[in-house]
Amino acid sequence: MSARRLSHGGRIDRAKTISFDWEGRKLTGYPGDTLASALMAGGQRVIGRSFKYHRPRGIMSAGVEESGAIVTLGDGAWRDPNVKATTQELYDGLVARGQHAWPNLHFDMGGVANFFSRFLPAGFYYKTFMGMPPFEWGSGTGWWMRYEKLIRRAAGMGTASRAPDPDAYEHAHAFCDLLVVGSGPAGLSAALVAAQSGLEVILVEQDFEFGGDLLNQANPESETKRIELLSAIHTAGVRTMSRTTAFGLYENSVAGLVERVTDHLANPADYLPRQRFWTVRSKQTVLATGALERLIAFGNNDRPGIMSANAGRTYLNRYGVLPGENIIVVTNNDSPYQPALELAKAGATVHLIDARTTTPELEKGCGVSVKSESIPIKAHGSKGIRGLESTASEGIQSCDLLLVSGGWSPVVHLLSHRGIKLVWDAQIACFLPGDTDAPIHVAGSAAGIWGSKDCGASGQVAAAKALGQLGHDIKLPTGKISRGSGWDLPIKPLYEIKVPGRKLQSFVDLQHDVTSEDVRLAHREGFQSVEHLKRFTTLGMATDQGKMGNIIGMALMAEALGKNIHDMGTTTFRPPYTPVSLGALGGRHVDSNFRPIRRTPLHDWNLSNGAIMTLAGLWDRPWYFPREGETIEDAYIREATVARKSVGLCDITSLGKIAVQGPDTAEFLNRIYTNPFAKLSIGKARYGIMLRDDGMVMDDGTCWRLTETDYFMTTTTAHAATVMVWLEELLQVRWPDLKVHVTSVSDQWAGCTVAGPNSRAVLEACVTDPTLISNETCPFMGVIETTLTGAIPSRIARISFSGELAFEVYVPSDYGPSMMDLLFNASKPLDGCLYGLEALGTLRIEKGHVTGAELDGRVTIEDAGLGKMASKQKSYIGDVLRKRPVMLDKNRARLVGIFPKDRTQRFNAGTILCKPGAISGFGEGWITGATYSPALGHWIGIGFISGGFESWVGQTVVVADPVRDQNINVEIVLPQMFDPAGKRSHD
Amino acid sequence: MIRIPCPFCGERDHSEFHYGGDGSITYPALDAPTEDWLNAVYQRKNIRGVQIETWHHVNGCRMWLLVERDTITHEIHLVRAAHDGVDGVLKGRT
Repeated sequence: MSARRLSHGGRIDRAKTISFDWEGRKLTGYPGDTLASALMAGGQRVIGRSFKYHRPRGIMSAGVEESGAIVTLGDGAWRDPNVKATTQELYDGLVARGQHAWPNLHFDMGGVANFFSRFLPAGFYYKTFMGMPPFEWGSGTGWWMRYEKLIRRAAGMGTASRAPDPDAYEHAHAFCDLLVVGSGPAGLSAALVAAQSGLEVILVEQDFEFGGDLLNQANPESETKRIELLSAIHTAGVRTMSRTTAFGLYENSVAGLVERVTDHLANPADYLPRQRFWTVRSKQTVLATGALERLIAFGNNDRPGIMSANAGRTYLNRYGVLPGENIIVVTNNDSPYQPALELAKAGATVHLIDARTTTPELEKGCGVSVKSESIPIKAHGSKGIRGLESTASEGIQSCDLLLVSGGWSPVVHLLSHRGIKLVWDAQIACFLPGDTDAPIHVAGSAAGIWGSKDCGASGQVAAAKALGQLGHDIKLPTGKISRGSGWDLPIKPLYEIKVPGRKLQSFVDLQHDVTSEDVRLAHREGFQSVEHLKRFTTLGMATDQGKMGNIIGMALMAEALGKNIHDMGTTTFRPPYTPVSLGALGGRHVDSNFRPIRRTPLHDWNLSNGAIMTLAGLWDRPWYFPREGETIEDAYIREATVARKSVGLCDITSLGKIAVQGPDTAEFLNRIYTNPFAKLSIGKARYGIMLRDDGMVMDDGTCWRLTETDYFMTTTTAHAATVMVWLEELLQVRWPDLKVHVTSVSDQWAGCTVAGPNSRAVLEACVTDPTLISNETCPFMGVIETTLTGAIPSRIARISFSGELAFEVYVPSDYGPSMMDLLFNASKPLDGCLYGLEALGTLRIEKGHVTGAELDGRVTIEDAGLGKMASKQKSYIGDVLRKRPVMLDKNRARLVGIFPKDRTQRFNAGTILCKPGAISGFGEGWITGATYSPALGHWIGIGFISGGFESWVGQTVVVADPVRDQNINVEIVLPQMFDPAGKRSHD
Repeated sequence: MIRIPCPFCGERDHSEFHYGGDGSITYPALDAPTEDWLNAVYQRKNIRGVQIETWHHVNGCRMWLLVERDTITHEIHLVRAAHDGVDGVLKGRT
């Protein structure tokens, strides 16, 4: 093994040793190491196997562009696949292993795929297995689904843990005047100028240290400069965030960041989230995101031991690792000359092969030999490079490390997120940011400026532009900074090496195993646009998103099409720049915090009285109140029976409640309800239906007139928010002339329904003046405002959802439990009981009363059997469009009741009503609710069927329940299955 | 992310608001001909550029707003209270 840790140099702390586990073996590293640098120092070359051909892969870079050293970290629930070893900080006890290999990295059975690689071109699996004859001729993709599972396992990225994520994540928010992304010379300079001019600045850096390329330098002056700049920006008040990636840029200068809080810690404190997801709202943005070095497509350009030239320098200068002793550097530009010199100085033999005719002059005795006008052809060695075949010399020139520089690609991803066009610059062979009016300024090598000094100056210019746009009077720094500055000699574009008569397997996307030949295949298959090329070959679609090789793919496609890259354009980069964990996106919105839970003021009271709760929408409501030994079925049947025989109490606080007030309220209500409201007298309530503009039912509820100008509206639980928003829209947008004000008072009033023949007796025992509850003072739909015992203010209306003599009682929320104590104590001598949602459903289904289950937004007022509630004397919302012929069609599905033919049988809600012998498709209707009816002594249902009751008199209908595989014969009845005349509630 | 400068609350994230609909529509009288209602409810232009929309500051002041938004860039050009009278008060035109 050739790579070795040097005894001095680098930014690592040799005083402290860190031990970690790689593929079951103990290795060591130092604080300041990444997993990649420690693996390299530990002599590990094969880090993973490739996605498709299972070729051995090693470390190719020293950053986020990595496409070879992709590993799985951790065990059990903490297992985290597809982690780039090049960005993972080393910590004590870290456990990592390679991916895609079985039985192990060095002997991988899947490697046979490589021998068949010429049979496995782009699109192979789809072409071969989809619609595979003879099974799938014209019959869909059933077999493909089975093959795909196997194919995916063979290919496979790392596998995620199936256990719930044990870590916590947080969402956080920040505001600033200027967000600077990247802390290289450009970013640091921009932040300094902006902060010194009084801006609030946030500087984010994805690395664990600030400094960008300053961290990779050998000369001590760079470090001095870095420390000076850092100290100056802190003095100027810049907020700096390391280990934080700006993964996306959005409208209004909003940026998404992920901060890795504990991913580098061996034993993180319990209170720390693993990651924080930041939403930063800034006014201006400076992108100093740097540039990434490109590879060149030559034969076997993916072998372990081949990496970007700058990575070689980074491992040497930052991590104190000499990555090879016998090094060949291939290039088409100036940038690897300095790394070559530094590696030679550190003790390696370095041979430089430059594709250009004119090359930079090197001092004699510098230890680097240069061969111009030469290009690499093919790398030799399989689990590690052994030599290079090139035009520089005869035969194979031996080496243990091959550094490659195919030019540089500015990191313009965040600009692309904002839809800003990228422009190909032929002179320096890269895509650069196009012009934009957006408040985004690009500086440093992200703008194609290569020299460190010039990068700093361009950062100052970017900050000055941002300041200018914010209205500061700032003079732009003078001095010309031109694109490509930092290079003495021009780059010579070089993307792929082709040798006539030889097949070279060269890769353009290493992580997805896309070869140069795949790109040409895409062209032969007729693909023209880069977007289609990408999707056909999956070029740039792996977790590294083609950061090292995409441009080569574009260049090859352009060549095949006879275009230049400028005219081809590039694919659009989309967020995230690097992968973001789902945990970070979710933040704390998991488990019981996934959505809010609403509890009524009677919640604790219900629980202490034995309620079993259930979630209805956001509401946690009493479901049933079991007595000793009762099942849910026993309980709800008993509760419904008691309510019909004596009296039952039910928490109805979740109903929407709206105070509608003002001189024009009567007119307003008359417009929004289908039935007349203009003449509702004080002290009376009315049941009402609201339609949408398109004539469909929006909601039903009641409205109580308390005074001349003060009304109390109730809505269904499900539609409470919708109705509130709707009323506000009508009053503010459509009818601004109406003097009406609406206020949601749902949370202000606790409600209980008292239902059953003994309900009046219960209320009489609880109100201060029992005479108010008589049939004369409080007739059906009568409203009284009075006090309950103990001076509890209350509103009572005689309204019945159960079909019994019933009252809805509302008291201010804080009095809720006291009200329940009063009512329950008064009902006990009468053998009354509490009832829950299940019995509430039973009672209303027996009566054919509709709820949200029926009023699902696709139902007209006639469908719901409430046609007589549509006034002919007035116009109201939805009046015109509800009269369209299709809406009035008698064959529409209408509300009906359902009885089993054999009264001992039962059926379920959510099932389909069909004609006998025609059990298929959507059938003739559907069931929205089913229950055992204690009043009728058998199971009943409510639902919709085409044409309604009249069309099905005397006929047998089948309830089809394909899920439970049972069909029950039923008959269709009128929806009012119990007490159709309503005597019990009106009497 | 769209940021909307609410005239009552200041600039806020769009997640505080609910999108309403086409703000250029004048809804017909409740007894207007069917044709007018069909046009008002169903006929929408698919504008590429600036359009007027209604937004409801539902998790804020609960005021309905008229918003001019560019459908390509999401740029917000003008925001005012949808209610003329309220808008007048805000702008000192009482």
